[in-house]
Amino acid sequence: MLEITNLHATVADKPILNGVTLDVPAGEVHAIMGPNGSGKSTLAYVLAGRPGYAVSEGGTTFDGRDLLAMAPHERAAAGLFLGFQYPVEIPGVSYLQFLRESLNSQRRSRGEDELSAGDFIKLAREQAKLLGMDAEMLKRPVNVGFSGGEKKRAEMVQMGILAPKFALLDETDSGLDIDALKAVGEGINRIMRAPDKGGLLITHYERLLEYVRPDRVHVLQAGRITRSGDIDLARELENTGYAEAAA
Amino acid sequence: MAAPFPTRKQEEWRYADLDALRPVWEQFAEPRTLTIGAGESFEDVWLPTADDVHVRRVQIALEPGAKTRLFVLNTAPVYGRIELDVSLDEGSEFDLFGANIGTGLSTNEIVTVVKHIGVGGRSRQTIRSVLNGKATGSYLGRVEVARGAQQTDADQSVKAMLLDRGATANCKPELEIFADDVKCAHGATVGELDAMQLFYAESRGLDPVSARALLLEGFVMGLWDGIENAAQHESIATAAKDALRRVV
Repeated sequence: MLEITNLHATVADKPILNGVTLDVPAGEVHAIMGPNGSGKSTLAYVLAGRPGYAVSEGGTTFDGRDLLAMAPHERAAAGLFLGFQYPVEIPGVSYLQFLRESLNSQRRSRGEDELSAGDFIKLAREQAKLLGMDAEMLKRPVNVGFSGGEKKRAEMVQMGILAPKFALLDETDSGLDIDALKAVGEGINRIMRAPDKGGLLITHYERLLEYVRPDRVHVLQAGRITRSGDIDLARELENTGYAEAAA
Repeated sequence: MAAPFPTRKQEEWRYADLDALRPVWEQFAEPRTLTIGAGESFEDVWLPTADDVHVRRVQIALEPGAKTRLFVLNTAPVYGRIELDVSLDEGSEFDLFGANIGTGLSTNEIVTVVKHIGVGGRSRQTIRSVLNGKATGSYLGRVEVARGAQQTDADQSVKAMLLDRGATANCKPELEIFADDVKCAHGATVGELDAMQLFYAESRGLDPVSARALLLEGFVMGLWDGIENAAQHESIATAAKDALRRVV
């Protein structure tokens, strides 16, 4: 589904990714762990198409299409969703308007009918409820005045509404209390666990993985995958740390 | 006899497009006057017209306890000027919500003098400008607090968004205070669309033009939230969205 091959990328001319190769087949959720500065967020941004993140070598296909040739909104319409480590505030634009326009823009580019205002609100309320978020919050400007935990929950509500094929979640678990962590874990399982879907979770902690149970765990260090394994690898890292694991 | 034609040496005409003004000056030379009686409330929405040059010059006198709220969209293709001279008597309230949305070579400006002449008056001016191309958008606002106009509460919030390098925003809030127990706040910022907000919106599926339009709507449309008449709200919101679509 998502095939990353020998991906090299630079940010402000500084090499950050130095040959990442990773294949996430449909029906699987993988996790990437790694120390600070190893390139995890850069990988997420490169895959989502953030300006300023330049690919210098290698490539990535998504469902057989050249992902890196697409603009960010085309990647979204193709089914890629990035859960932001630091969700962005947009003053003056309500969550409902933001998500309705986003979803309908995706649907239009896929040749699907737009959702009516009524149907959209129903969908949004449903997803907010499933993730334990007060639906009234969706009337507020995007992420403005939201706590760190609320922003992360709201990212999951967005994922539920947009229903992507593939979720790329950049430290969605950081800054969450135990209940929110559980809600996010269950949300990922409910929304992304399907034979035709996939996910890549970037995380520092093993805790979220106990809820999501990734099919594979990879360690990213110095811009490269240095180890891969099952969830036991995550547990081992939790005990030993990255320095020892690399040795 | 009509008032003499203004010159750029006059501060309040400094950024004006006088060439565009000259042919139509006769009809605007005398400001319109409006008096809001004691304790009365007045709300109005000023929409742009189809004219290339669109000028409004209005003097408003608020008698004790009067309230006025104005919502103004200034988006003339060549030259738009909203000029207000407002005096606030005791306990009166004045709110101005205005937007300059300009494209091409246009000049749009909002020029105000708000005079607090009585005790306990409150004025709020909230101005947003969105400019592309080589457009100019200005806010020149002077707040005068007369001797004895204690407990005056005056606020000016001015923000401009420049979408192109050639666009110009002039933001000039000014205070002249002759009373010692007053609250006068003013803030002015000039910026451009935030790259991270744009990427966030695009990552959700909005194409770059729609993402820009959405952020600009967020910047401007809150100005109209307080309009009580639904039809008037609809008409200024629609006109503002149309204007934003032309600059995006």
